[in-house]
Amino acid sequence: MTSTVTPASAGPAASPPGSAVRLRTPRRPHSPGRPRRSVLLTVLTSLVLLYSLVPLVWLLISATKTQEGLSRSFGLWFDGDFALWDNIAETFTYDDGVFTRWLLNTLLYVVVGAGGATFLAVLGGYALAKFDFPGRRAVFAVVIGAVAVPGTALAVPTFLMFSNMGLTDTPWAVIIPSLISPFGLYLMWVFASEAIPTELLEAARIDGAGEVRTFFTVALPLLAPGIVTVSLFTMVATWNNFFLPLIMIKDPDWYPLTLGLHSWNAQAATAGGQPVFHLVVTGSLITIVPLIAAFLMLQKYWQSGLAAGSVKE
Amino acid sequence: MRKHSSRRLLRGTALVCALALGATACGGSDDEGSGPKTVSESDVQAALKKGGTLTVWAWEPTLKQVAADFQEEHPNVKVNLVNAGTGNDQYKALQNAMSAKKGVPDVAQVEYYAMGQYALTEQLTDLKGFGADKLAEKFSPGPWNGVKAGGEGVYGLPMDSGPMALFYNKKVFDKYGIEVPTTWDEYVDAARALHKADPKAYITNDAGDAGFTTSLLWQAGSRPYQVDGTEVGIDFTDEGAKAYTGTWQKLLDEKLVAPVTSWSDEWYKGLGDGTIATLAIGAWMPANLASGVKDAAGDWRVAPLPQWKAGGKASAENGGSALTLPELGKNEALAYAFLEYAGAGEGVDTRVKGGAFPATTEQLNSEAFQNTEFPYFGGQQANRIFADSAANVADDWSYLPYQVYANSIFNDTVGKAYVSDTTLAEGLKTWQEASVEYGNEQGFTVEK
Amino acid sequence: MTTLQPPVAAEPRPAPPPVRRDRRSWTGWGFIGPFVAVFALVFLAPIAYSVHLSLFRDQLIGGTTFVGLDNYEQALQDDRFWAALGRVSLFLCVQVPIMLGIALLVALALDSGRLYGKNFFRISIFLPYAVPAVVATLMWSFMYGTRFGLVSDLNDAFGLSLPDPLSPDLVLAAIGNIVTWEFVGYNMLIFYSALRVIPNSLYEAAEIDGAGQIRVITAIKLPAIRGALVIATIFSIIGSFQLFNEPSVMQKLAPNAITTDYTPNYYTYSLSFSGQQHNYSATVAIVMGLITMVIAYVVQLRGMRKGV
Repeated sequence: MTSTVTPASAGPAASPPGSAVRLRTPRRPHSPGRPRRSVLLTVLTSLVLLYSLVPLVWLLISATKTQEGLSRSFGLWFDGDFALWDNIAETFTYDDGVFTRWLLNTLLYVVVGAGGATFLAVLGGYALAKFDFPGRRAVFAVVIGAVAVPGTALAVPTFLMFSNMGLTDTPWAVIIPSLISPFGLYLMWVFASEAIPTELLEAARIDGAGEVRTFFTVALPLLAPGIVTVSLFTMVATWNNFFLPLIMIKDPDWYPLTLGLHSWNAQAATAGGQPVFHLVVTGSLITIVPLIAAFLMLQKYWQSGLAAGSVKE
Repeated sequence: MRKHSSRRLLRGTALVCALALGATACGGSDDEGSGPKTVSESDVQAALKKGGTLTVWAWEPTLKQVAADFQEEHPNVKVNLVNAGTGNDQYKALQNAMSAKKGVPDVAQVEYYAMGQYALTEQLTDLKGFGADKLAEKFSPGPWNGVKAGGEGVYGLPMDSGPMALFYNKKVFDKYGIEVPTTWDEYVDAARALHKADPKAYITNDAGDAGFTTSLLWQAGSRPYQVDGTEVGIDFTDEGAKAYTGTWQKLLDEKLVAPVTSWSDEWYKGLGDGTIATLAIGAWMPANLASGVKDAAGDWRVAPLPQWKAGGKASAENGGSALTLPELGKNEALAYAFLEYAGAGEGVDTRVKGGAFPATTEQLNSEAFQNTEFPYFGGQQANRIFADSAANVADDWSYLPYQVYANSIFNDTVGKAYVSDTTLAEGLKTWQEASVEYGNEQGFTVEK
Repeated sequence: MTTLQPPVAAEPRPAPPPVRRDRRSWTGWGFIGPFVAVFALVFLAPIAYSVHLSLFRDQLIGGTTFVGLDNYEQALQDDRFWAALGRVSLFLCVQVPIMLGIALLVALALDSGRLYGKNFFRISIFLPYAVPAVVATLMWSFMYGTRFGLVSDLNDAFGLSLPDPLSPDLVLAAIGNIVTWEFVGYNMLIFYSALRVIPNSLYEAAEIDGAGQIRVITAIKLPAIRGALVIATIFSIIGSFQLFNEPSVMQKLAPNAITTDYTPNYYTYSLSFSGQQHNYSATVAIVMGLITMVIAYVVQLRGMRKGV
């Protein structure tokens, strides 16, 4: 990964002030001497690895079982019948292929919602980092304060508002709330204050470029690694969004995947309903595969753009 | 500068607030004329001819076919069948839509236990004005009692019902030479014998389920809820309740019931591998067994529900739901036509074919229905037992007008009896107190 | 909260403001405006509406009446609310240090360059974050099963008698385990990324001084990622106080252990959705929000100011 460290990745959490942009030599191991690989440390870390992977292995193995197989076999080993391909096929065809619709919905929510959230966060972070405007200090304080109010209690007020605006049961009811990523804003703020030298902006302004043009031609390219990171986080948040769609969307045609799987799971608990746990499991697997693929493909970008912070959404 | 900006922020917020408040403002009163609406048979026919779109919120799987048939029969009508969630999920959505006065469906599936609240607050249309009260004879007593929701009106047409029966795993019973219990005392003995023979096997599962407990109380002759409009009485100490707690406490104390939650993956497993040997549950269960516990096909049989008094025939309803017309829905005449079709007309046979259990006496008493052999139950004519049970449901039971809430706190209160030293009787007492408190807070006059 | 700054402001060296600001003007609003507008719609307006709601009481019978601050008085004396708050506080004090501790240790291990297969570790430990909370909870709940789950298999295989993780005494730990599983990798990655950007010059200085591994960690690495640690802690506090998804999914499987007032957020949910007590629910949410804010603020102040 070392080769991908770009100048802009000189993250804020550690860099001394005043030297925002610094070309770093490709990183060598920084401990005294060249560190020997440690078997003990590897084994210890492997425990955490095991902890992380065992439930996923369960999911993978379970996805190869039929509804009956799920009940009768040991969770961490295969059942006699290997039904993974059948399950995948059934997942996509069950209930007139509604799963595909949910998948497309989720893609729509992710592209528009997470994309929009990233864009707003980039704009906002840039403003916080590079402009001194009235109320600047208050903005983030208000954001953190508002995030501290439990979202479940806001669901009904939000529902009533959205319903009044005619937004419930439309994609907008999912997309609009997804547009806000407080952590993304924080990340872009930190990132922009480090990655964009103010001198560059001033030079552009002296050349007569407007603010918008300066942003798009000077600032945006420098922010690229941060943007990838923020978009990954907003993507995960939107992809896994459950509670708000549960309140806002009643039409299964607009369900995201999480809600659709929930409805399949709930179906087992109703008179005359058919339990389809095997489809829930396979569907869950299919749901997380695209995210994992995105992680793997983008990992060389995103980890260089990560700064500081953590959020549970 | 700073002051300026905060004022601006305030102004912005005020604007959005106004928007938000608009939602409540219009949530005020618009009681347009009290007394039931009247819609005549000819209105209904006219509406069918004219056509239109109906939005139906229901999770019942066999309705899909019914809706398709209905559309075929009335080409101008489009039925938009939406699964807005199962049970509670749907009530939450319905309540939200009703508060917003927007997006309320024209027809909604509501379980009997949940009808009281909507009926009392007049959020469901009283169908007496549609002539629904004349349909009383068509339905068996339990469900009809359900749609009256403890009042004088008729707030829906019964769709399905759940007269209780005892489903038991014959293979397990035969293996250990255990007799099928006919009374609850025998049931306890069977539970002991079974668990002794196989420590992994349990007579049944019970992790605390409000619907199950109230059904058994109903069967035991207990009438814990007395409802007269907004006057409510709650009492879990009558004779019937004592019979129930006395018996069930034994099962809990001796750890004879599996603490597995119904409808969970674990539950389906237990039903399949014989570790959960019986279920006292509604007559809609066969469809669930057939689709969810395929491995145990042929193992299970049906018997009448065990009795509190030897030789008795008492039964109760467990689950079941009606189709209703929310007050804020549109197309009432058309919606009512659909209700009649699905609940009392041709739709019933379609649904029975799909595995649903009817609430109509005509189907319950028909030869074809009673003679149906269930391959899942080894060819047993199980409907005879169910129909018999349906006829023996006492029809003077009533739920609370806020039973949905009361059930939601069942596990907070009675649930303690399943995981600690608290007894069932104590748990029921806590439940009673919490229900009384809530009722009084909500403006009811509740007496213990 | 107005002192919250990017971590740069909390750098060890006394320094001029990190970035020279442009002249004070309204131009910045052009950029932050869109965010603030949407934010006002989806956060501030519902909150304002909740404040409004909290001043009223709505009954099934009798309608809505203005009650002033009665709801707040009730909330402050509500045992169920305080019990729920106590529960998440306990959760916070145990789970968050464990989760962040593991995350930090793994991040340091990865950063040390002493691991075999570093990239595999990094991506694998991060993977659980991609699993939706609902799915994660379902997976773990299966494994918790004492009758058919992994716990039962272990008991059978080794003749153990592991206690039921879904019993009332252990269920909080069971939830903590799920949350830890979901977020260890996420926090690990944030710490790791912060570690990766520590300038080499600092290490070179340490090398000259002959500092050992431990000394390098305590003297260089940890101070350098202080900003990341503080913000991770703040967001973890908010996350713990808002614990909802995991208990609500598990409630179906352990209904007697997880009550409907198990966490403050679950309590507001039950009040609002099962009990139709929107007004009181809004009140509890606002009180909870204020408490969370105060604690986050204190952590942030202490975390940023404590001298290095």
